[in-house]
Amino acid sequence: MSAERFRDWGLRFYLGIFFVYLFLPLVIMGAATFNDSRFPTVTPWRGTTLKWFEALWADGGMWDALGNSLLVALGVLCLAVPIGVASALFLTTVESRAKPFVYGLILSPLLTPGVIIGISTLIFWRQFDVAGGTLLTVLGQTTFIAAYVMLMVMARLQRFDRTLERAALDLGASPWQAFRRVLLPFLKPAILSAAVIAFLQSFENYNTSLFVVGYDTTLTVYIASKVRTGLTPAVNALGLILILITIGLAVIYELKRRRESRLAAR
Amino acid sequence: MLHQLKGRFGAPVAMAIVGLVGIWLVVMVVLPQWQMIAYSFHPNLLPAEIGGPKDHWSLTNYATLFDNRIHLAIFFKTLWSSVLVTGLTLLVSYPIAYYLAKVATPGQAALCLLLLVIPFWINEILRTFSWFILLAFRGPLNELLLALGLIDRPIRFLSGDGGVLVGMVYAYILFMVFPLYNAIESLDGNQIRAARDLGAGSVRTHWRVVIPHAKPGIATGCIMTFMLAAGSYAVPALLGSPGSRWFTQIIYNWFFEGGDWNQGAAYAFLLLVLCIGFMSLVMRLFKVGLADIAR
Repeated sequence: MSAERFRDWGLRFYLGIFFVYLFLPLVIMGAATFNDSRFPTVTPWRGTTLKWFEALWADGGMWDALGNSLLVALGVLCLAVPIGVASALFLTTVESRAKPFVYGLILSPLLTPGVIIGISTLIFWRQFDVAGGTLLTVLGQTTFIAAYVMLMVMARLQRFDRTLERAALDLGASPWQAFRRVLLPFLKPAILSAAVIAFLQSFENYNTSLFVVGYDTTLTVYIASKVRTGLTPAVNALGLILILITIGLAVIYELKRRRESRLAAR
Repeated sequence: MLHQLKGRFGAPVAMAIVGLVGIWLVVMVVLPQWQMIAYSFHPNLLPAEIGGPKDHWSLTNYATLFDNRIHLAIFFKTLWSSVLVTGLTLLVSYPIAYYLAKVATPGQAALCLLLLVIPFWINEILRTFSWFILLAFRGPLNELLLALGLIDRPIRFLSGDGGVLVGMVYAYILFMVFPLYNAIESLDGNQIRAARDLGAGSVRTHWRVVIPHAKPGIATGCIMTFMLAAGSYAVPALLGSPGSRWFTQIIYNWFFEGGDWNQGAAYAFLLLVLCIGFMSLVMRLFKVGLADIAR
Protein backbone atom coordinates (compact mmCIF):
# COMPACT_ATOMS: atom_id res chain seq x y z
CA MET A 1 0.00 0.00 0.00
CA SER A 2 1.42 3.35 -1.05
CA ALA A 3 1.72 6.27 1.35
CA GLU A 4 -1.03 8.08 -0.48
CA ARG A 5 -3.51 5.19 -0.19
CA PHE A 6 -2.60 4.87 3.47
CA ARG A 7 -3.28 8.57 4.03
CA ASP A 8 -6.62 8.38 2.22
CA TRP A 9 -7.72 5.47 4.41
CA GLY A 10 -6.67 7.45 7.48
CA LEU A 11 -8.79 10.38 6.31
CA ARG A 12 -11.76 8.08 5.66
CA PHE A 13 -11.44 6.56 9.12
CA TYR A 14 -11.33 10.05 10.60
CA LEU A 15 -14.42 11.02 8.60
CA GLY A 16 -16.26 7.95 9.93
CA ILE A 17 -15.45 8.90 13.52
CA PHE A 18 -16.51 12.45 12.78
CA PHE A 19 -19.96 11.35 11.60
CA VAL A 20 -20.39 9.13 14.65
CA TYR A 21 -19.48 12.17 16.78
CA LEU A 22 -22.00 14.26 14.84
CA PHE A 23 -24.95 11.87 15.05
CA LEU A 24 -24.51 9.65 18.11
CA PRO A 25 -25.52 12.33 20.67
CA LEU A 26 -28.69 13.03 18.68
CA VAL A 27 -29.52 9.32 18.41
CA ILE A 28 -29.06 8.86 22.15
CA MET A 29 -31.25 11.87 22.86
CA GLY A 30 -33.96 10.46 20.60
CA ALA A 31 -33.70 6.99 22.14
CA ALA A 32 -34.11 8.39 25.66
CA THR A 33 -37.66 9.41 24.68
CA PHE A 34 -38.74 5.78 24.76
CA ASN A 35 -37.17 4.93 28.12
CA ASP A 36 -39.63 4.53 30.98
CA SER A 37 -37.55 6.65 33.37
CA ARG A 38 -38.40 9.99 34.94
CA PHE A 39 -35.04 11.48 34.03
CA PRO A 40 -34.09 11.35 30.34
CA THR A 41 -31.32 8.79 29.89
CA VAL A 42 -30.66 5.48 28.14
CA THR A 43 -28.80 3.89 31.05
CA PRO A 44 -30.35 2.00 32.74
CA TRP A 45 -33.13 1.01 30.34
CA ARG A 46 -36.30 0.68 32.42
CA GLY A 47 -38.59 -0.56 29.67
CA THR A 48 -39.97 0.89 26.47
CA THR A 49 -42.83 3.36 26.63
CA LEU A 50 -44.64 5.95 24.53
CA LYS A 51 -46.02 7.80 27.55
CA TRP A 52 -43.69 10.81 27.09
CA PHE A 53 -45.36 11.61 23.78
CA GLU A 54 -48.69 11.70 25.64
CA ALA A 55 -47.17 13.93 28.32
CA LEU A 56 -45.91 16.28 25.59
CA TRP A 57 -49.30 16.33 23.87
CA ALA A 58 -50.95 17.34 27.17
CA ASP A 59 -48.45 20.15 27.83
CA GLY A 60 -50.34 23.42 27.30
CA GLY A 61 -47.21 25.57 27.71
CA MET A 62 -45.59 23.76 24.79
CA TRP A 63 -48.56 24.48 22.48
CA ASP A 64 -48.57 28.17 23.46
CA ALA A 65 -44.83 28.41 22.77
CA LEU A 66 -45.27 26.63 19.44
CA GLY A 67 -48.01 29.09 18.48
CA ASN A 68 -45.77 32.05 19.40
CA SER A 69 -42.86 30.61 17.42
CA LEU A 70 -44.99 30.20 14.31
CA LEU A 71 -46.41 33.71 14.68
CA VAL A 72 -42.92 35.21 15.08
CA ALA A 73 -41.57 33.23 12.12
CA LEU A 74 -44.45 34.48 9.96
CA GLY A 75 -43.80 38.07 11.01
CA VAL A 76 -40.07 37.72 10.29
CA LEU A 77 -40.88 36.26 6.87
CA CYS A 78 -43.09 39.26 6.00
CA LEU A 79 -40.39 41.77 7.02
CA ALA A 80 -37.06 40.10 6.29
CA VAL A 81 -37.81 38.89 2.75
CA PRO A 82 -38.83 42.31 1.30
CA ILE A 83 -35.96 44.03 3.16
CA GLY A 84 -33.42 41.45 2.01
CA VAL A 85 -34.57 41.61 -1.61
CA ALA A 86 -34.56 45.43 -1.55
CA SER A 87 -31.00 45.50 -0.15
CA ALA A 88 -29.75 43.09 -2.81
CA LEU A 89 -31.34 45.24 -5.56
CA PHE A 90 -29.88 48.35 -3.95
CA LEU A 91 -26.35 46.92 -3.79
CA THR A 92 -26.37 45.61 -7.36
CA THR A 93 -27.80 48.83 -8.87
CA VAL A 94 -26.20 51.73 -7.03
CA GLU A 95 -22.62 52.72 -7.82
CA SER A 96 -21.35 55.27 -5.34
CA ARG A 97 -18.44 55.95 -3.03
CA ALA A 98 -20.71 55.30 -0.04
CA LYS A 99 -21.40 51.74 -1.21
CA PRO A 100 -18.66 49.91 0.75
CA PHE A 101 -19.89 51.64 3.89
CA VAL A 102 -23.52 50.65 3.26
CA TYR A 103 -22.36 47.12 2.44
CA GLY A 104 -20.49 46.89 5.76
CA LEU A 105 -23.53 48.19 7.60
CA ILE A 106 -25.77 45.61 5.93
CA LEU A 107 -23.39 42.77 6.85
CA SER A 108 -22.79 43.97 10.43
CA PRO A 109 -25.79 42.14 11.97
CA LEU A 110 -24.31 38.83 10.76
CA LEU A 111 -21.06 39.49 12.61
CA THR A 112 -22.72 40.70 15.82
CA PRO A 113 -23.49 38.14 18.55
CA GLY A 114 -27.22 37.38 18.71
CA VAL A 115 -27.46 38.41 22.37
CA ILE A 116 -26.24 41.92 21.47
CA ILE A 117 -28.93 42.28 18.80
CA GLY A 118 -31.55 41.23 21.34
CA ILE A 119 -30.22 43.65 23.97
CA SER A 120 -30.03 46.67 21.64
CA THR A 121 -33.56 45.99 20.35
CA LEU A 122 -34.88 45.73 23.91
CA ILE A 123 -33.19 48.98 24.98
CA PHE A 124 -34.16 50.93 21.85
CA TRP A 125 -37.89 50.20 22.08
CA ARG A 126 -38.07 50.95 25.79
CA GLN A 127 -38.25 54.70 25.06
CA PHE A 128 -41.46 54.05 23.06
CA ASP A 129 -42.83 51.92 25.93
CA VAL A 130 -42.67 48.72 23.91
CA ALA A 131 -41.73 45.88 26.26
CA GLY A 132 -40.39 42.44 25.31
CA GLY A 133 -42.93 40.29 23.48
CA THR A 134 -43.88 38.95 20.08
CA LEU A 135 -43.42 42.31 18.32
CA LEU A 136 -39.88 42.87 19.60
CA THR A 137 -38.95 39.26 18.86
CA VAL A 138 -40.00 39.79 15.24
CA LEU A 139 -38.04 43.06 15.01
CA GLY A 140 -34.93 41.68 16.70
CA GLN A 141 -34.80 38.54 14.53
CA THR A 142 -35.50 40.50 11.34
CA THR A 143 -32.43 42.65 12.02
CA PHE A 144 -30.07 39.82 11.12
CA ILE A 145 -32.27 37.42 9.14
CA ALA A 146 -32.78 40.16 6.50
CA ALA A 147 -29.00 40.08 5.94
CA TYR A 148 -29.12 36.32 5.22
CA VAL A 149 -31.92 36.90 2.72
CA MET A 150 -29.84 39.65 1.11
CA LEU A 151 -26.85 37.30 0.64
CA MET A 152 -28.96 34.55 -0.94
CA VAL A 153 -30.80 36.89 -3.33
CA MET A 154 -27.57 38.72 -4.17
CA ALA A 155 -25.90 35.44 -5.22
CA ARG A 156 -28.56 34.93 -7.88
CA LEU A 157 -28.75 38.60 -8.90
CA GLN A 158 -25.07 38.57 -9.82
CA ARG A 159 -25.84 35.98 -12.50
CA PHE A 160 -28.62 38.12 -13.99
CA ASP A 161 -28.10 39.22 -17.59
CA ARG A 162 -29.05 42.89 -17.65
CA THR A 163 -29.47 42.92 -21.44
CA LEU A 164 -32.77 41.08 -20.84
CA GLU A 165 -33.99 44.07 -18.86
CA ARG A 166 -32.79 46.50 -21.53
CA ALA A 167 -34.47 44.44 -24.24
CA ALA A 168 -37.77 44.68 -22.34
CA LEU A 169 -37.39 48.45 -22.05
CA ASP A 170 -36.49 48.79 -25.76
CA LEU A 171 -39.58 46.80 -26.68
CA GLY A 172 -41.71 49.36 -24.90
CA ALA A 173 -42.09 47.94 -21.38
CA SER A 174 -42.22 50.42 -18.50
CA PRO A 175 -39.53 50.05 -15.79
CA TRP A 176 -42.22 48.58 -13.53
CA GLN A 177 -43.21 46.01 -16.17
CA ALA A 178 -39.58 45.06 -16.74
CA PHE A 179 -39.13 44.62 -12.99
CA ARG A 180 -42.36 42.67 -12.56
CA ARG A 181 -42.12 40.50 -15.71
CA VAL A 182 -38.36 39.98 -16.15
CA LEU A 183 -36.37 40.48 -12.95
CA LEU A 184 -38.81 39.14 -10.32
CA PRO A 185 -39.47 35.85 -12.17
CA PHE A 186 -35.70 35.37 -12.47
CA LEU A 187 -35.27 35.96 -8.73
CA LYS A 188 -38.23 33.81 -7.68
CA PRO A 189 -36.29 30.60 -6.84
CA ALA A 190 -33.79 32.53 -4.70
CA ILE A 191 -36.58 34.41 -2.93
CA LEU A 192 -38.40 31.16 -2.16
CA SER A 193 -35.25 29.48 -0.77
CA ALA A 194 -34.48 32.61 1.25
CA ALA A 195 -38.02 32.51 2.66
CA VAL A 196 -37.55 28.88 3.78
CA ILE A 197 -34.21 29.72 5.40
CA ALA A 198 -35.65 32.84 7.06
CA PHE A 199 -38.51 30.81 8.51
CA LEU A 200 -36.17 28.13 9.90
CA GLN A 201 -33.71 30.70 11.25
CA SER A 202 -36.52 32.44 13.08
CA PHE A 203 -38.05 29.23 14.40
CA GLU A 204 -34.73 28.01 15.79
CA ASN A 205 -33.44 31.31 17.14
CA TYR A 206 -32.49 31.39 20.79
CA ASN A 207 -29.83 34.03 21.53
CA THR A 208 -31.69 37.08 20.23
CA SER A 209 -35.11 35.89 21.36
CA LEU A 210 -33.90 35.22 24.90
CA PHE A 211 -33.72 38.96 25.60
CA VAL A 212 -36.83 40.16 23.77
CA VAL A 213 -39.52 37.47 24.21
CA GLY A 214 -40.96 38.90 27.44
CA TYR A 215 -43.82 36.58 28.42
CA ASP A 216 -44.46 35.44 24.83
CA THR A 217 -42.06 32.49 25.14
CA THR A 218 -41.04 30.87 21.85
CA LEU A 219 -40.51 27.13 21.50
CA THR A 220 -36.69 27.25 21.69
CA VAL A 221 -36.76 29.43 24.80
CA TYR A 222 -39.37 27.06 26.25
CA ILE A 223 -37.19 24.00 25.63
CA ALA A 224 -34.16 25.64 27.25
CA SER A 225 -36.15 26.62 30.36
CA LYS A 226 -37.59 23.08 30.57
CA VAL A 227 -34.11 21.55 30.48
CA ARG A 228 -33.12 23.60 33.50
CA THR A 229 -36.35 23.32 35.48
CA GLY A 230 -38.77 20.47 35.06
CA LEU A 231 -36.77 18.19 32.81
CA THR A 232 -38.58 14.98 31.81
CA PRO A 233 -38.24 12.81 28.69
CA ALA A 234 -41.17 14.83 27.26
CA VAL A 235 -38.47 17.33 26.25
CA ASN A 236 -36.78 14.51 24.32
CA ALA A 237 -40.05 13.65 22.64
CA LEU A 238 -40.33 17.26 21.45
CA GLY A 239 -36.68 17.22 20.37
CA LEU A 240 -37.14 13.98 18.46
CA ILE A 241 -40.19 15.32 16.60
CA LEU A 242 -38.38 18.58 15.72
CA ILE A 243 -35.30 16.67 14.54
CA LEU A 244 -37.38 14.39 12.30
CA ILE A 245 -39.18 17.40 10.78
CA THR A 246 -35.85 19.17 10.27
CA ILE A 247 -34.31 16.13 8.57
CA GLY A 248 -37.31 15.88 6.26
CA LEU A 249 -37.14 19.58 5.35
CA ALA A 250 -33.35 19.55 4.93
CA VAL A 251 -33.50 16.57 2.57
CA ILE A 252 -36.32 18.08 0.47
CA TYR A 253 -34.60 21.46 0.34
CA GLU A 254 -31.23 20.00 -0.57
CA LEU A 255 -32.60 17.72 -3.29
CA LYS A 256 -34.53 20.62 -4.78
CA ARG A 257 -31.50 22.90 -4.70
CA ARG A 258 -29.37 20.28 -6.42
CA ARG A 259 -31.91 19.71 -9.15
CA GLU A 260 -31.98 23.45 -9.76
CA SER A 261 -28.20 23.80 -9.90
CA ARG A 262 -28.06 20.85 -12.34
CA LEU A 263 -30.65 22.58 -14.53
CA ALA A 264 -28.73 25.85 -14.30
CA ALA A 265 -25.47 24.13 -15.27
CA ARG A 266 -26.92 22.82 -18.50
CA MET B 1 -28.01 57.14 -5.83
CA LEU B 2 -31.77 57.49 -6.09
CA HIS B 3 -31.64 58.33 -9.80
CA GLN B 4 -29.72 55.13 -10.59
CA LEU B 5 -32.49 53.17 -8.89
CA LYS B 6 -35.21 55.26 -10.57
CA GLY B 7 -33.62 54.77 -13.98
CA ARG B 8 -33.66 51.02 -13.56
CA PHE B 9 -36.89 50.31 -11.68
CA GLY B 10 -39.05 53.43 -12.00
CA ALA B 11 -39.93 55.81 -9.17
CA PRO B 12 -42.34 53.68 -7.08
CA VAL B 13 -40.05 50.62 -6.81
CA ALA B 14 -37.00 52.85 -6.25
CA MET B 15 -38.78 54.59 -3.36
CA ALA B 16 -39.80 51.24 -1.88
CA ILE B 17 -36.20 49.96 -2.07
CA VAL B 18 -34.74 53.06 -0.43
CA GLY B 19 -37.51 53.06 2.17
CA LEU B 20 -37.04 49.41 3.16
CA VAL B 21 -33.24 49.53 3.26
CA GLY B 22 -33.35 52.87 5.09
CA ILE B 23 -35.81 51.72 7.76
CA TRP B 24 -33.87 48.51 8.31
CA LEU B 25 -30.47 50.14 8.65
CA VAL B 26 -31.61 53.16 10.66
CA VAL B 27 -34.36 51.79 12.92
CA MET B 28 -33.11 48.23 13.37
CA VAL B 29 -29.33 48.37 13.02
CA VAL B 30 -27.84 51.80 13.75
CA LEU B 31 -30.18 53.47 16.26
CA PRO B 32 -30.61 50.43 18.58
CA GLN B 33 -26.85 49.91 18.59
CA TRP B 34 -26.29 53.60 19.32
CA GLN B 35 -28.92 53.56 22.06
CA MET B 36 -27.21 50.59 23.70
CA ILE B 37 -23.87 52.41 23.70
CA ALA B 38 -25.47 55.61 25.05
CA TYR B 39 -27.18 53.59 27.79
CA SER B 40 -23.88 52.06 28.80
CA PHE B 41 -22.38 55.50 29.45
CA HIS B 42 -25.25 56.66 31.68
CA PRO B 43 -25.98 55.75 35.30
CA ASN B 44 -29.04 53.70 36.20
CA LEU B 45 -31.63 56.22 37.40
CA LEU B 46 -35.19 56.24 38.69
CA PRO B 47 -37.72 57.50 36.09
CA ALA B 48 -38.09 60.77 38.04
CA GLU B 49 -34.36 61.49 37.88
CA ILE B 50 -34.11 61.22 34.10
CA GLY B 51 -33.20 64.61 32.63
CA GLY B 52 -32.14 65.79 36.10
CA PRO B 53 -28.66 66.71 37.36
CA LYS B 54 -27.58 63.07 37.76
CA ASP B 55 -28.41 62.26 34.13
CA HIS B 56 -25.02 62.77 32.50
CA TRP B 57 -22.39 60.78 30.59
CA SER B 58 -20.12 58.72 32.83
CA LEU B 59 -17.79 55.75 32.89
CA THR B 60 -19.09 54.26 36.15
CA ASN B 61 -20.64 51.21 34.44
CA TYR B 62 -17.25 50.32 32.99
CA ALA B 63 -15.51 50.92 36.30
CA THR B 64 -17.85 48.31 37.83
CA LEU B 65 -16.35 45.58 35.66
CA PHE B 66 -12.77 46.54 36.45
CA ASP B 67 -13.53 46.68 40.18
CA ASN B 68 -15.25 43.32 40.18
CA ARG B 69 -12.63 40.58 40.19
CA ILE B 70 -15.07 37.77 39.54
CA HIS B 71 -16.65 39.48 36.54
CA LEU B 72 -13.26 40.41 35.17
CA ALA B 73 -12.05 36.83 35.52
CA ILE B 74 -15.17 35.57 33.72
CA PHE B 75 -14.61 38.10 30.94
CA PHE B 76 -11.08 36.83 30.33
CA LYS B 77 -12.12 33.21 30.70
CA THR B 78 -14.76 33.79 28.03
CA LEU B 79 -12.09 35.32 25.79
CA TRP B 80 -9.54 32.50 26.21
CA SER B 81 -12.09 29.73 26.06
CA SER B 82 -13.57 31.14 22.86
CA VAL B 83 -10.09 31.29 21.32
CA LEU B 84 -9.55 27.69 22.44
CA VAL B 85 -12.90 26.58 20.99
CA THR B 86 -12.03 28.34 17.71
CA GLY B 87 -8.62 26.66 17.52
CA LEU B 88 -9.96 23.20 18.37
CA THR B 89 -12.76 23.56 15.86
CA LEU B 90 -10.29 24.54 13.14
CA LEU B 91 -8.08 21.52 13.91
CA VAL B 92 -10.99 19.07 13.84
CA SER B 93 -12.59 20.59 10.73
CA TYR B 94 -9.60 20.99 8.44
CA PRO B 95 -9.11 17.29 7.54
CA ILE B 96 -12.88 16.90 6.96
CA ALA B 97 -13.02 19.93 4.67
CA TYR B 98 -9.91 18.79 2.80
CA TYR B 99 -11.23 15.27 2.33
CA LEU B 100 -14.59 16.49 1.04
CA ALA B 101 -13.06 19.07 -1.29
CA LYS B 102 -10.10 17.20 -2.74
CA VAL B 103 -10.03 13.46 -1.92
CA ALA B 104 -13.66 12.28 -2.10
CA THR B 105 -15.33 11.55 -5.43
CA PRO B 106 -18.14 14.03 -6.34
CA GLY B 107 -20.76 11.44 -5.36
CA GLN B 108 -19.20 10.77 -1.95
CA ALA B 109 -18.78 14.48 -1.32
CA ALA B 110 -22.43 15.17 -2.18
CA LEU B 111 -23.61 12.49 0.25
CA CYS B 112 -21.29 13.69 3.04
CA LEU B 113 -22.38 17.29 2.55
CA LEU B 114 -26.02 16.27 2.86
CA LEU B 115 -25.17 14.41 6.08
CA LEU B 116 -23.39 17.54 7.35
CA VAL B 117 -26.28 19.85 6.46
CA ILE B 118 -28.75 17.90 8.59
CA PRO B 119 -27.24 18.55 12.05
CA PHE B 120 -26.52 22.09 10.88
CA TRP B 121 -30.27 22.68 10.66
CA ILE B 122 -31.05 21.09 14.02
CA ASN B 123 -31.62 23.59 16.75
CA GLU B 124 -28.60 24.68 18.81
CA ILE B 125 -30.58 24.01 21.99
CA LEU B 126 -31.34 20.43 20.96
CA ARG B 127 -27.74 19.74 19.92
CA THR B 128 -26.57 21.04 23.27
CA PHE B 129 -29.28 19.13 25.12
CA SER B 130 -28.10 15.89 23.50
CA TRP B 131 -24.68 16.41 25.09
CA PHE B 132 -26.36 17.14 28.41
CA ILE B 133 -27.81 13.62 28.30
CA LEU B 134 -24.59 12.03 27.04
CA LEU B 135 -22.45 13.65 29.76
CA ALA B 136 -24.88 13.22 32.68
CA PHE B 137 -23.50 11.80 35.94
CA ARG B 138 -25.31 8.50 35.40
CA GLY B 139 -25.37 8.94 31.64
CA PRO B 140 -24.22 6.70 28.78
CA LEU B 141 -20.64 8.00 28.57
CA ASN B 142 -19.95 7.35 32.25
CA GLU B 143 -21.60 3.91 32.01
CA LEU B 144 -19.45 3.05 28.98
CA LEU B 145 -16.23 4.14 30.68
CA LEU B 146 -17.20 2.19 33.81
CA ALA B 147 -18.03 -0.92 31.80
CA LEU B 148 -14.69 -0.71 30.00
CA GLY B 149 -12.99 -0.42 33.36
CA LEU B 150 -11.33 2.88 32.43
CA ILE B 151 -12.71 4.66 35.50
CA ASP B 152 -13.76 3.45 38.96
CA ARG B 153 -16.55 5.92 39.63
CA PRO B 154 -18.56 8.28 37.40
CA ILE B 155 -17.00 11.63 36.45
CA ARG B 156 -18.90 14.90 36.89
CA PHE B 157 -18.47 16.18 33.32
CA LEU B 158 -21.05 18.91 33.82
CA SER B 159 -19.27 20.81 36.57
CA GLY B 160 -16.44 22.94 35.27
CA ASP B 161 -15.61 24.25 31.83
CA GLY B 162 -14.82 20.96 30.09
CA GLY B 163 -18.42 20.14 29.20
CA VAL B 164 -18.96 23.70 27.95
CA LEU B 165 -15.93 23.53 25.63
CA VAL B 166 -16.93 20.13 24.20
CA GLY B 167 -20.49 21.34 23.69
CA MET B 168 -19.33 24.49 21.92
CA VAL B 169 -17.03 22.67 19.51
CA TYR B 170 -19.96 20.39 18.71
CA ALA B 171 -22.48 23.22 18.34
CA TYR B 172 -20.38 25.47 16.09
CA ILE B 173 -18.20 23.06 14.11
CA LEU B 174 -20.27 23.29 10.94
CA PHE B 175 -19.75 27.06 10.80
CA MET B 176 -16.08 26.16 10.35
CA VAL B 177 -16.42 23.16 8.02
CA PHE B 178 -18.49 24.91 5.34
CA PRO B 179 -16.32 28.03 4.79
CA LEU B 180 -13.20 25.82 4.80
CA TYR B 181 -14.75 23.42 2.30
CA ASN B 182 -15.81 26.26 -0.01
CA ALA B 183 -12.32 27.76 0.06
CA ILE B 184 -10.39 24.50 -0.49
CA GLU B 185 -12.82 23.35 -3.16
CA SER B 186 -11.86 26.26 -5.44
CA LEU B 187 -8.18 25.24 -5.38
CA ASP B 188 -7.01 23.68 -8.64
CA GLY B 189 -6.03 20.06 -7.92
CA ASN B 190 -3.10 20.41 -10.37
CA GLN B 191 -1.40 22.76 -7.90
CA ILE B 192 -1.40 20.03 -5.25
CA ARG B 193 -0.09 17.48 -7.77
CA ALA B 194 2.58 19.90 -8.97
CA ALA B 195 3.77 20.45 -5.39
CA ARG B 196 3.97 16.65 -4.90
CA ASP B 197 5.83 16.13 -8.16
CA LEU B 198 8.32 18.79 -7.22
CA GLY B 199 9.08 16.81 -4.07
CA ALA B 200 7.02 18.54 -1.38
CA GLY B 201 5.80 16.24 1.40
CA SER B 202 2.27 16.16 2.71
CA VAL B 203 2.83 18.74 5.47
CA ARG B 204 4.70 21.09 3.17
CA THR B 205 2.01 20.87 0.47
CA HIS B 206 -0.65 21.85 2.99
CA TRP B 207 1.44 24.59 4.54
CA ARG B 208 2.61 26.19 1.30
CA VAL B 209 -0.24 25.46 -1.14
CA VAL B 210 -3.58 24.48 0.42
CA ILE B 211 -3.60 26.68 3.53
CA PRO B 212 -2.55 29.91 1.77
CA HIS B 213 -5.31 29.32 -0.77
CA ALA B 214 -7.87 28.57 1.98
CA LYS B 215 -7.09 31.75 3.96
CA PRO B 216 -10.43 33.51 3.34
CA GLY B 217 -12.26 30.35 4.42
CA ILE B 218 -10.13 29.92 7.53
CA ALA B 219 -10.68 33.58 8.44
CA THR B 220 -14.45 33.35 7.94
CA GLY B 221 -14.72 30.13 9.92
CA CYS B 222 -12.63 31.49 12.81
CA ILE B 223 -14.56 34.78 12.96
CA MET B 224 -17.95 33.04 12.96
CA THR B 225 -16.90 30.40 15.49
CA PHE B 226 -15.37 32.93 17.86
CA MET B 227 -18.39 35.20 17.63
CA LEU B 228 -20.79 32.33 18.29
CA ALA B 229 -18.70 30.96 21.17
CA ALA B 230 -18.15 34.29 22.93
CA GLY B 231 -21.82 35.21 22.44
CA SER B 232 -23.19 31.78 23.40
CA TYR B 233 -25.77 31.62 26.13
CA ALA B 234 -27.36 28.22 25.59
CA VAL B 235 -24.24 26.04 25.85
CA PRO B 236 -22.92 27.37 29.19
CA ALA B 237 -26.46 27.56 30.57
CA LEU B 238 -27.14 23.91 29.76
CA LEU B 239 -23.72 22.27 30.13
CA GLY B 240 -22.11 24.54 32.72
CA SER B 241 -22.48 24.84 36.46
CA PRO B 242 -22.72 27.96 38.64
CA GLY B 243 -18.93 27.77 38.95
CA SER B 244 -18.35 27.96 35.21
CA ARG B 245 -20.37 30.99 34.20
CA TRP B 246 -19.96 32.67 30.82
CA PHE B 247 -19.86 36.45 30.26
CA THR B 248 -23.25 36.36 28.48
CA GLN B 249 -24.80 34.94 31.65
CA ILE B 250 -23.51 37.90 33.67
CA ILE B 251 -25.03 40.25 31.08
CA TYR B 252 -28.34 38.42 31.27
CA ASN B 253 -28.35 38.69 35.06
CA TRP B 254 -27.83 42.46 34.92
CA PHE B 255 -30.94 42.74 32.76
CA PHE B 256 -33.32 40.28 34.34
CA GLU B 257 -32.13 39.83 37.92
CA GLY B 258 -30.10 42.93 38.79
CA GLY B 259 -32.55 45.16 36.92
CA ASP B 260 -29.70 47.50 35.92
CA TRP B 261 -29.97 47.85 32.15
CA ASN B 262 -27.28 50.52 31.93
CA GLN B 263 -24.80 48.20 33.59
CA GLY B 264 -25.91 45.35 31.34
CA ALA B 265 -25.50 47.56 28.27
CA ALA B 266 -21.89 48.37 29.27
CA TYR B 267 -21.07 44.65 29.59
CA ALA B 268 -22.81 43.92 26.29
CA PHE B 269 -20.83 46.66 24.55
CA LEU B 270 -17.58 45.17 25.89
CA LEU B 271 -18.58 41.79 24.45
CA LEU B 272 -19.22 43.47 21.10
CA VAL B 273 -15.84 45.23 21.24
CA LEU B 274 -14.22 41.86 22.00
CA CYS B 275 -15.79 40.30 18.90
CA ILE B 276 -14.91 43.26 16.67
CA GLY B 277 -11.35 43.18 18.02
CA PHE B 278 -10.99 39.49 17.24
CA MET B 279 -12.45 40.01 13.77
CA SER B 280 -10.08 42.87 12.92
CA LEU B 281 -7.13 40.86 14.19
CA VAL B 282 -8.02 37.82 12.07
CA MET B 283 -8.71 39.96 9.00
CA ARG B 284 -5.35 41.65 9.37
CA LEU B 285 -3.45 38.39 10.06
CA PHE B 286 -4.96 36.68 7.03
CA LYS B 287 -5.05 39.83 4.91
CA VAL B 288 -8.68 39.38 3.90
CA GLY B 289 -11.45 41.96 3.47
CA LEU B 290 -15.13 42.05 4.37
CA ALA B 291 -16.10 41.00 0.83
CA ASP B 292 -14.17 37.71 1.20
CA ILE B 293 -16.01 36.92 4.42
CA ALA B 294 -19.50 37.41 3.04
CA ARG B 295 -19.01 34.94 0.19
